[in-house]
Amino acid sequence: MSFALKDDRTEKGIFANRAILVSVFVLLLFLVLAARMTYLQIVKHDIYASKSDNNRVQIQPVAPIRGLIFDRNGVLLAENLPTHSLTVVAERVANMDETLALIEALVGLTPDEKTQFLSRVNEWRRPYEAIPLKYKLSEDAIAILMVNNPFLTGVQVEAELIRHYPKGADFAHVLGYVGQINLREKDRLDPSRYKATRRIGKIGVERYYEDLLHGEPGYQKVETNAQGRVLKVLERKSPVPGKNLILNIDSELQKKAYDAFAGRRGSLVAIDPNTGGILAMVSSPSFNPNLFVNGISHNEYNTLRDSLDVPLFDRATRGQYPPGSTMKPFLGLAFLESDVTNWTETINDPGFYMLENDDRVYRDWKRTGHGDAINLRHAIIESCDTYFYEMSFRTGLDLLHPFLTKFGFGKNTSLDVANALPALLPTKEWKRKNRGRSWYAGDTLNMALGQGYMLATPLQLATATSVFASKGKWNRAKLVQFIDGDELKEETKPDDIIIKNPADWDRMARAMEDVIKHYQGTARGLSRNLNYRLAGKTGTAQVVGIKQNEKYDSAALKERQRDHALFISYAPIEAPKIAIASVVENGESAGSTAGPIAKLVTDHYLNSITSSNELLGADHGR
Amino acid sequence: MAGDFSRTLSLGDSGGKSILQKLHLDPKLLSLLLLLMLSGLFILYSASGQNIVMIYRQATYLLIGFVVMLAVAQFHPRWFQMAAPWMYGAVIIALLLVLLVGVGAKGAQRWLSVFGIFRFQPSEIMKLVVPMTVAWYLASKVMPPKFKVITITLAIIFVPTLMVMKQPDLGTSLLIAASGLFVLLLAGLSVRWMLLALVIVLAVAPVMWYGVMHDYQKQRVLTFLDPESDPLGSGWNIIQSKTAIGSGGLEGKGWMQGTQSQLEFLPERHTDFIIAVFAEEQGLIGVLFLLCVYLAIVFRGLYMASQARDSFSRLLSGALIVTFFIYVFVNIGMVSGILPVVGVPLPLISYGGTSIVTLMAAFGVIMSVYTHRQV
Repeated sequence: MSFALKDDRTEKGIFANRAILVSVFVLLLFLVLAARMTYLQIVKHDIYASKSDNNRVQIQPVAPIRGLIFDRNGVLLAENLPTHSLTVVAERVANMDETLALIEALVGLTPDEKTQFLSRVNEWRRPYEAIPLKYKLSEDAIAILMVNNPFLTGVQVEAELIRHYPKGADFAHVLGYVGQINLREKDRLDPSRYKATRRIGKIGVERYYEDLLHGEPGYQKVETNAQGRVLKVLERKSPVPGKNLILNIDSELQKKAYDAFAGRRGSLVAIDPNTGGILAMVSSPSFNPNLFVNGISHNEYNTLRDSLDVPLFDRATRGQYPPGSTMKPFLGLAFLESDVTNWTETINDPGFYMLENDDRVYRDWKRTGHGDAINLRHAIIESCDTYFYEMSFRTGLDLLHPFLTKFGFGKNTSLDVANALPALLPTKEWKRKNRGRSWYAGDTLNMALGQGYMLATPLQLATATSVFASKGKWNRAKLVQFIDGDELKEETKPDDIIIKNPADWDRMARAMEDVIKHYQGTARGLSRNLNYRLAGKTGTAQVVGIKQNEKYDSAALKERQRDHALFISYAPIEAPKIAIASVVENGESAGSTAGPIAKLVTDHYLNSITSSNELLGADHGR
Repeated sequence: MAGDFSRTLSLGDSGGKSILQKLHLDPKLLSLLLLLMLSGLFILYSASGQNIVMIYRQATYLLIGFVVMLAVAQFHPRWFQMAAPWMYGAVIIALLLVLLVGVGAKGAQRWLSVFGIFRFQPSEIMKLVVPMTVAWYLASKVMPPKFKVITITLAIIFVPTLMVMKQPDLGTSLLIAASGLFVLLLAGLSVRWMLLALVIVLAVAPVMWYGVMHDYQKQRVLTFLDPESDPLGSGWNIIQSKTAIGSGGLEGKGWMQGTQSQLEFLPERHTDFIIAVFAEEQGLIGVLFLLCVYLAIVFRGLYMASQARDSFSRLLSGALIVTFFIYVFVNIGMVSGILPVVGVPLPLISYGGTSIVTLMAAFGVIMSVYTHRQV
């Protein structure tokens, strides 16, 4: 170590020299950067400015193709049709009023189109996003716009796929529809998945299965010009299309059922008891779902909304009706299960029923009474109210409620039906909380007739009937059968219903068969041309309360105050294939309105599966 | 009288020291840094697409960096001198661990996860530790350094450099090497040796190309030489950043008005390429202003280094400020297309916590060296 040579003064001098050298070096390099920037920003400015303005390579998200929806036989129910739309990039338009006026002069614009567009321009969005102005451009309109291209900076014609529902009103409530994404939905959606998507499922299957139907977006690198028009696609990562759905619904059956209502208000739900698959689900009247895809006009919407028939209302899943006498088979089983009666006990029916210490007269629908030897079987066949008053009184709400719950009343048991309502199976607590009064014995009697506080949707009634048809074995009601070839999984099921004496299922079924076959049966009109074993039960639900001592005079009531007609049925009894609940609002007599519609649908379904089986059989025979 | 006099003296002593001096901070350098940070937040707000969350995070990083600088500045330089060899050994071990059990990201292993709680990049710490160690070594030798000393110094520098290059992280490894070499330069390395080094580099280059460099690193160099050859792949960044800068012109398109940036043409626009956003929106005037701020920081730093009390402090402080300058030069050089894209952030402006904390620690050392000089 030559420590003698280590001298701080010398070293400080060396450092100072080097520091000056470095400073010069640093200054030179900074000048290089400054010169480079000057070169790019001043000398080459024009070139880069035009490069930035004219030829831009941009990365655009590409919307995935929405999954298709088919019926159980492969009939297309929701498809994507190619159309041309007019879109505007607001940032590129110098004078919006002038541009809109020019477009209006060229291809015409409705006031709705203008207001919808302007509200979209003003709400929060991604900068430079193309905003749709007019949909479904005709060939002529496209040609006119192309010719006037130079005067329409920021305006472009875009080809896009638009959802179309070929079956229209038949399926409006089942499938629902897609519509423009609104602000509230925008908040909740994953922006990276929905960057290129303009529409989203609003109701029905389209809403429930939105996640699967939507698919995953792709990206493309495109070259655009100053007006933002795509000149060419340079590179592309294809989007992943949404999953295709195959429904349990039979589109022919659906159409038959919808047509059978002939515009009357009502609903029908048909379920395959073996699977829970919904074969048909109709709410009448309906509407054209295609109107909503591009945004419905105010006039059209107001007409639909204000119609007395409320076509936008899905009666099948959200219509809550007093189930009336269609409750009787279920109540009958409840009586047997509670040991308050048996198949042989008979009562006398004078045409009314009275409780001790109560002046109120509980009338039978038949004023003269059903006679003095009414047992459970006859009480079902003739729908004897007095019998059910008596037995309900004996059983009490505490035993009736849990038993009816097992059939899905008072809750939503469906697997994939969007927005299905639980309706109402009242309890004592419910009445205290919501009506502020305690439960009276009379309330139980009203419930015995499926009246009073009890409410059920057609979907619930069909489900309960389906569970009844399969002798207590549960399958949740479901619309979708396959998702891209995979069967829809049913994770949890309600407990199967086990009764003390399983033979009671068959006896009750035979009583329900006699509702149609017996000469006193309330639906005896349906026995004509019946080539299979049909079990059914009629019901009527009062729309207007009939006061004590007042005579029921249907002629005097306006059409909309008449009773609702309900019917539940399933067939064939020995091996049930279809369970139905139908409601005709103000249909008055179930045997002549709701019943025939249900029978028509059952006829059609059983015949169609028989004929297809025969075809299959013939094939195998060869 | 004597008592009065001494009181006056002590008063004058403490009264002459401002709060900043007591905190071991240099007011001039501090003002420049704050100006840079504040401008950075404004640039980032536009570059991130008005992402306020990102601004909050960046502000937090800057605050943390500030606290780190303040803490480091309190240490007397002799502490750095004593700790240097130990820290060097520790970080070398950490680098080994990274290569063996490091956490990968984007095909590169740079992070070391500590008990799974937090992750850190030992290579980042190396940027401080290598100049510190070289300064420690050279300070004990006669200057200018002789051949044997130079050889050992080069070993100290290139062992960690090669380890970081293997991670692989070319940008950081080059900066580590640079920070060490600058110490050597400031220590009075003779011009003959420098020329020799240049010859060696030219000779080694082909070996590096075929032996050491990864495909993506080669690609970057190739793209740098001819960006138009791969306009959608590797050349995309450079073409777009040059377009952004060039289209900015003299006065720029205005804050948050840069179409190249706001339309998402420009990749990595809030990190490595943030200067392109600034150049597009503020034009040449803005760029020159920013360059002047950087220049002022570097010159002030060099002046502060030259005032240091001993060789170690001078060399360390000087090397750190020159490395800071290299950061700036490499980043702006690569974004403007005169250097290959090596992934170096723009100091104190690019989004990201790691580089901010390292840089502020370095400024802490510079502050410490300057404010402890009188003792």
